[in-house]
Amino acid sequence: MTNSDFDAYRPPEQPRRKRRRDRLSGAAGDMLRRRRRGGDDGGREMSMVDDVEFTSYYGRPIVKAAPWGDEISAYLFLGGVAGGSGLLAFGAQMFDLDDLRRNARFAALGAVGAGTVCLIADLGRPERFLNMMRTVKPTSPMSWGTWILSAYGTVTGIAAVSEADDVLGEVLPLGPLRPMLRTAADTSGVAMGFLGAPLAAYTAALLSMTSTPTWAGARRGLPYLFVSSATAAASGLAMITTGSEQTKPARLLAITGAAGELIAMDLMKKDMHPLEREPLEIEEPGRKLKLAHALTIAGGVGTLLFGKRSRILAAASGAALMAGSALTRFGVVEAGHLSTTDPKYVVGPQRDRLEERRAAGIVDDSITTAG
Amino acid sequence: MTALMPKLYGAEDPIENARWSLHDAKDRKAFFTDTSICIGCKACEVACKEWNQNPQDGDYEYLSQSHDNTGELGANTWRHVAFIEQGEDEVAKARESGRRLVSLGMPSIGPKTAMTPEQRADAAIAGGNVDTTPPDTPDFRWLMSSDVCKHCTNAGCLDVCPTGALFRTEFGTVVVQNDICNGCGTCVAGCPFGVIQRRDDGTISPKSEPGDHDDVKNMGTANKCTLCYDRLLDGQTPACAQTCPTTSIKFGDHTDMVDKARQRVAELHAKGMTEARLYGANPKDGVGGTGAVFLLLDEPETYGLPPDPVVPTKHLGQIMASYAAASAGMVAVAALAFLGGRK
Repeated sequence: MTNSDFDAYRPPEQPRRKRRRDRLSGAAGDMLRRRRRGGDDGGREMSMVDDVEFTSYYGRPIVKAAPWGDEISAYLFLGGVAGGSGLLAFGAQMFDLDDLRRNARFAALGAVGAGTVCLIADLGRPERFLNMMRTVKPTSPMSWGTWILSAYGTVTGIAAVSEADDVLGEVLPLGPLRPMLRTAADTSGVAMGFLGAPLAAYTAALLSMTSTPTWAGARRGLPYLFVSSATAAASGLAMITTGSEQTKPARLLAITGAAGELIAMDLMKKDMHPLEREPLEIEEPGRKLKLAHALTIAGGVGTLLFGKRSRILAAASGAALMAGSALTRFGVVEAGHLSTTDPKYVVGPQRDRLEERRAAGIVDDSITTAG
Repeated sequence: MTALMPKLYGAEDPIENARWSLHDAKDRKAFFTDTSICIGCKACEVACKEWNQNPQDGDYEYLSQSHDNTGELGANTWRHVAFIEQGEDEVAKARESGRRLVSLGMPSIGPKTAMTPEQRADAAIAGGNVDTTPPDTPDFRWLMSSDVCKHCTNAGCLDVCPTGALFRTEFGTVVVQNDICNGCGTCVAGCPFGVIQRRDDGTISPKSEPGDHDDVKNMGTANKCTLCYDRLLDGQTPACAQTCPTTSIKFGDHTDMVDKARQRVAELHAKGMTEARLYGANPKDGVGGTGAVFLLLDEPETYGLPPDPVVPTKHLGQIMASYAAASAGMVAVAALAFLGGRK
């Protein structure tokens, strides 16, 4: 046991701050190093938040990233498609657009089924997924979501089974009970209309009610971004599955959703602390969100210009909207993960709000006290 | 009498809030970790790991971050000793930031207790004309601090847990039931201190490679300090506190621990060590005060602690409101689209 081996690793005495930054590794380190070079890597647009003056524990993260992989991002997207399709199916049911209703119900079932599989696959103990239903917990958006998703899955299943029975020429051996299934499907269709929006929006609450800097900072704007994104994606899917004679409402919704997505993202970012916003604009999440932005514009404009005239171009626009929505979700999730990698995203906004409160004369609510 | 809705934010009695009946409720237990007398021996890390039979976390090579070889709290590391080496400038800065804290008139919370003669003497030194310039300004110091789960009064992990696997014990601590947890990971993001983590790795036999999941218990579930719930039930002291050779880790009733912490910080201030400050002793802070109080000798972020942590459910009302508004907006827009699309 001697110190000498390890002394070799010990850098010569230097100002501490510099040492800390040199040691940063991974994404956060790359980011800082790039910034120090003055962002000289070509035309990449990067947000330059002024360097924050603070110490840290060797640049190590303070909060932990949620152990959520691509399955969760995919679920956010699929949940949005399911919820939006439920609303479309309900509208189509009310206004007798039979093709749209049937296709939207199938879309909702497919999305809610695939989404549920993603959600369960991402659990640490997938075999215990039913433990989610041990309790109803208003403080846990994951708990609200479980119940909304279960209810939604049930009603969508009933509605879609009835549609399938209809499409396949009444294959189910129901006999005189068939009218009951149709009635149940109608009622379920109404329930889909009621549950669709809450299903599409709760995932925003799920991300926001955390200590992940970028998600928590986005809490006021994120639900609007997610419902817009869900509306655009579900309408986009309807434009792929259904002919233009029945998709006029879906096209209107696609354009509104796309515009909403762009506006909501902009307003959401303006509402955030610059450091909370930064992960949405740099590195991989930044690239994804930029691409999402472009696809959403393309899809929206395409829908506006060609949605009625060309089935192919309508479907292409719909696909662009769906891709934009998916990339938005992946980008937002990954930006959250990125915001946990560097302590500056935790310390910067917290220091600032502490200083703000102190400047306003509130000095009694700090976790650090002199006595 | 508790209200129908448990309190989510602000000062409260967590035991009463969790509806433990008078009969079952115990006094709230807490740690007071006095980092000014920590010697960095890591006995707490070892005792914790032994008692709780936690798996090995990595290879325990030094991280080239002073003497730290565990890095951070996590699923397999429930006590983590931080090592910080500081030169003259940092010491001066820490002293200055501490002095600023004192001059802000940060409150001493709770009723002022009658002073003992010793405290009166200290106070006289602090306020009188005795020379209180620091006896020495070291050009180098080594900060060591044993970090642990804060067992918050308003616990983020507990609030967002969808299964009820996390619960508030009769001692006011927060504990995971590992046979219930399904590893959804919401608590990991919920914790403002980065304490709780899902156990996705860890080894138990010396020969196994990282990635071998050889019978590691509670794999895939959330894990963190239980404040030795099993030992508390038998009237024992948590393993880390019992083993700590310098009494840097103290354990006892929450009120006693906070009192002790206040006395100690006053003592250090009287000696001119204005860098001393408490962390987690204020029930008005963002997590309602913690069940693990620390005496620190520099800003919290120097130790890897957040400077202004807030329980995520503080914003529950705001989040629910924008959630409801956005959902309603989505329905309204859809209704308009169908009405407009009819023609």
